[in-house]
Amino acid sequence: MPEKKTFKITHNRKWCKNCGICVAVCPKKVFEIDRSDRHAIVNPQDCIGCQMCVEHCPDFALIVVEVKNE
Amino acid sequence: MRPDFLRCERLPNIWCPGCGNGIVLRALLEAIDQLQLDPDKVVLVSGIGCSSRAPAYTAFDNVHTLHGRAIPVATGIKMANPDLTVIVVTGDGDGSAIGGNHLIHAARRDVDITVVVFNNYNYGMTGGQASPLTPSSSITTTTPNGNLDRPFDLVKLAAGAGATYVARSGIYFTKHLVDHLKKAIAHDGFSLVDAVAQCPTYFGRFNKKGSAGQMVTSQKDWMVLKSVAEKKTPEELVGKTIIGEFVKIERHSPASAAAPKEQA
Ligand SMILES: Cc1ncc(C[n+]2csc(CCOP(=O)(O)OP(=O)(O)O)c2C)c(N)n1
Ligand code: SF4
Ligand code: SF4
Repeated sequence: MPEKKTFKITHNRKWCKNCGICVAVCPKKVFEIDRSDRHAIVNPQDCIGCQMCVEHCPDFALIVVEVKNE
Repeated sequence: MRPDFLRCERLPNIWCPGCGNGIVLRALLEAIDQLQLDPDKVVLVSGIGCSSRAPAYTAFDNVHTLHGRAIPVATGIKMANPDLTVIVVTGDGDGSAIGGNHLIHAARRDVDITVVVFNNYNYGMTGGQASPLTPSSSITTTTPNGNLDRPFDLVKLAAGAGATYVARSGIYFTKHLVDHLKKAIAHDGFSLVDAVAQCPTYFGRFNKKGSAGQMVTSQKDWMVLKSVAEKKTPEELVGKTIIGEFVKIERHSPASAAAPKEQA
């Protein structure tokens, strides 16, 4: 079985406005707006690298890259 | 998207949380990147409005003009230096109300520029007033009981005025949006892309459209691809907005376009 790909999510807290769009578009429930109304990465291990959050974040606050295990 | 296309020192942007303008801007930068245009030969021109702030966040040369006047300035830039790729960033108010006359005449003249309308169905910057693209019955600051007027269909307006490339897309469909922005920019002649985006602060709140996230994902429910729409009945398309490419024709080239003879 091919190894599951892993991805590194970088979140820029200075640019993020906690709007929740990434929460709404992510198919894998990787993000949450937490109890203090702040963006949180809760399930990074489930990320499939689809780039939905990156392409829909209006604040350029997310970068998702594949982690290559040598 | 190339990160060096952004002027990072100007970020975070001034837009409200969840505003769609950033999503259109990103798609535009992605389109310019994919077309591999020389960044020194791209100029962005905008009018006034929340959306018109977009060019100032980019590394490209840009002019932030007067309300509604981006198209005449862009036309001048293109005339003076035809080698440049000139892209207008405009709001639905900026482009179709105060700047509407410039829009139809630039389309009629088939000026080789690309107009990207950041269409959020209202005047965001001034507090959510109705624009010529506000749908009938929608609540805005100036239509508190619902808009009595009909909106322009921007695609038909541009097509009727003579635009040689016209497309519509929505911010949910980022690949579709990037694809049509690329085609519009690459097109030789006047191009317009109606890019439907959300203003959660005014249009969304007044019309109970839910959170910014819901406004983004709900585009799946009320937008229909042109290829799919062609197989549907008019009844099935009530309340739907059709996205895709509507006009792609050869550039208008009049018989008398030869260079004038030099005076003796
Ligand atoms: C000549 C002139 N008239 C009116 C205004 C006020 N004004 C500023 S932005 C704007 C409308 C902006 O709406 P839109 O173009 O849809 O852009 P948005 O803010 O929604 O992105 C108006 C009427 C102005 N700045 N200049
Ligand atoms: S979409 Fe962007 S700005 Fe909005 S919460 Fe997610 S990371 Fe923050
Ligand atoms: S008022 Fe509307 S268009 Fe303007 S920044 Fe806020 S959400 Fe965006």
